[in-house]
Amino acid sequence: MTSINVPIIQNILQANDFVAEENRKIFSDHHIFCINIMAAPGAGKTALILKTIELLRGSVRIGVIEGDTASVTIDSDKVVLAGAPAVQVTTAGDCHMDAMMVRKGMEQLPLDELDLVIIENIGNLICPAEWDLGSHSNTLIASIAEGDDKPWKYPNIYRNLNAVVVTKTDLLPYVDFNLEHFSQGVNILNPDVDIFPTSAKTGAGLDLWTDWLLSQIEAASRA
Amino acid sequence: MHELSATRHIFEIVMAQAHLSEADSVDRINLVIGDFSNIVPDCVNVYWKELTKGSICENAEIHFDRRAVVFSCQQCQNTFELQGKLSICPNCGSDQISFLSGDEMLVESIEITKFEENS
Ligand SMILES: Nc1nc2c(ncn2[C@@H]2O[C@H](COP(=O)(O)OP(=O)(O)OP(=O)(O)O)[C@@H](O)[C@H]2O)c(=O)[nH]1
Ligand SMILES: [Mg+2]
Ligand SMILES: [Zn+2]
Repeated sequence: MTSINVPIIQNILQANDFVAEENRKIFSDHHIFCINIMAAPGAGKTALILKTIELLRGSVRIGVIEGDTASVTIDSDKVVLAGAPAVQVTTAGDCHMDAMMVRKGMEQLPLDELDLVIIENIGNLICPAEWDLGSHSNTLIASIAEGDDKPWKYPNIYRNLNAVVVTKTDLLPYVDFNLEHFSQGVNILNPDVDIFPTSAKTGAGLDLWTDWLLSQIEAASRA
Repeated sequence: MHELSATRHIFEIVMAQAHLSEADSVDRINLVIGDFSNIVPDCVNVYWKELTKGSICENAEIHFDRRAVVFSCQQCQNTFELQGKLSICPNCGSDQISFLSGDEMLVESIEITKFEENS
């Protein structure tokens, strides 16, 4: 009988990262820009997606992959009603999506007819950060109502972001939210990231957000 | 909880290597886990017991080499560990700090037993 120590040194998420890389390539081959939207539950992910579809109607063809923990189609029904193809993928209770779920969603979307795919990740500030889905861009949404300390308390999910959307700015008169304190935390972790204060209710700030999206989509289509 | 899927991935990696190495049993798994990975060892241990029942891993013990989250300050070059939440440089107060390490999620090595070779 012999005991042996076998070195491995392998990333635990290597299998996920492999599928994610394939997803990214499939999107790119279709000249699709894909963004992964992460946020706490109720931050306003679906509201922002619906507004984005409305504002870009006629210029950008959008498809949506809705992640949910259970098979409730509330969010994907809303997206379909707004006129964009949507698929719902369920995680069967898991707190995050993985690249394989996104692949299943992609297979049900008409990729040849799309310019932008938006993934609405599970509402959660802890778990989704580790899992690469194969998007080109990670966007985090924080609502005014959550408070300005979230990047300080959940630094992990605030890493590796390409854009941050602050939602529900119409609530600023009612909530103590210091955008400077919030932005300092965001910028420590992402020095050059764009921060977009918006309100899906009043429409304030959404033009800067869609301008940014358009520039990203254009860059992706030229690549 | 993402520990369940993480544990499944650990099991797959370990079994693949155990197979390659023609192990008869796996006795220990050495993981390197940074605090930013948000992996709770107790959860992994619970799922591990469930997932490995009846396999050559069922008696394996998991060892977690925990790594703190470390930032460095670009102003004063101080390096410091985060204590739970994000902070500015504790030495000079600058917010020009950058992430160095602490998001590791690695299977570093396994310890296996091979019974007598019948060659
Ligand atoms: N006042 C205000 N309310 C908003 C805004 N955006 C979203 N809401 C409200 O916030 C609630 C949650 O919005 P959703 O868009 O469903 O949030 P979500 O992040 O998709 O939620 P989950 O998918 O359940 O995690 C709803 O009642 C929205 O009407 C906003 O800009 N201003
Ligand atoms: Mg939603
Ligand atoms: Zn310093």
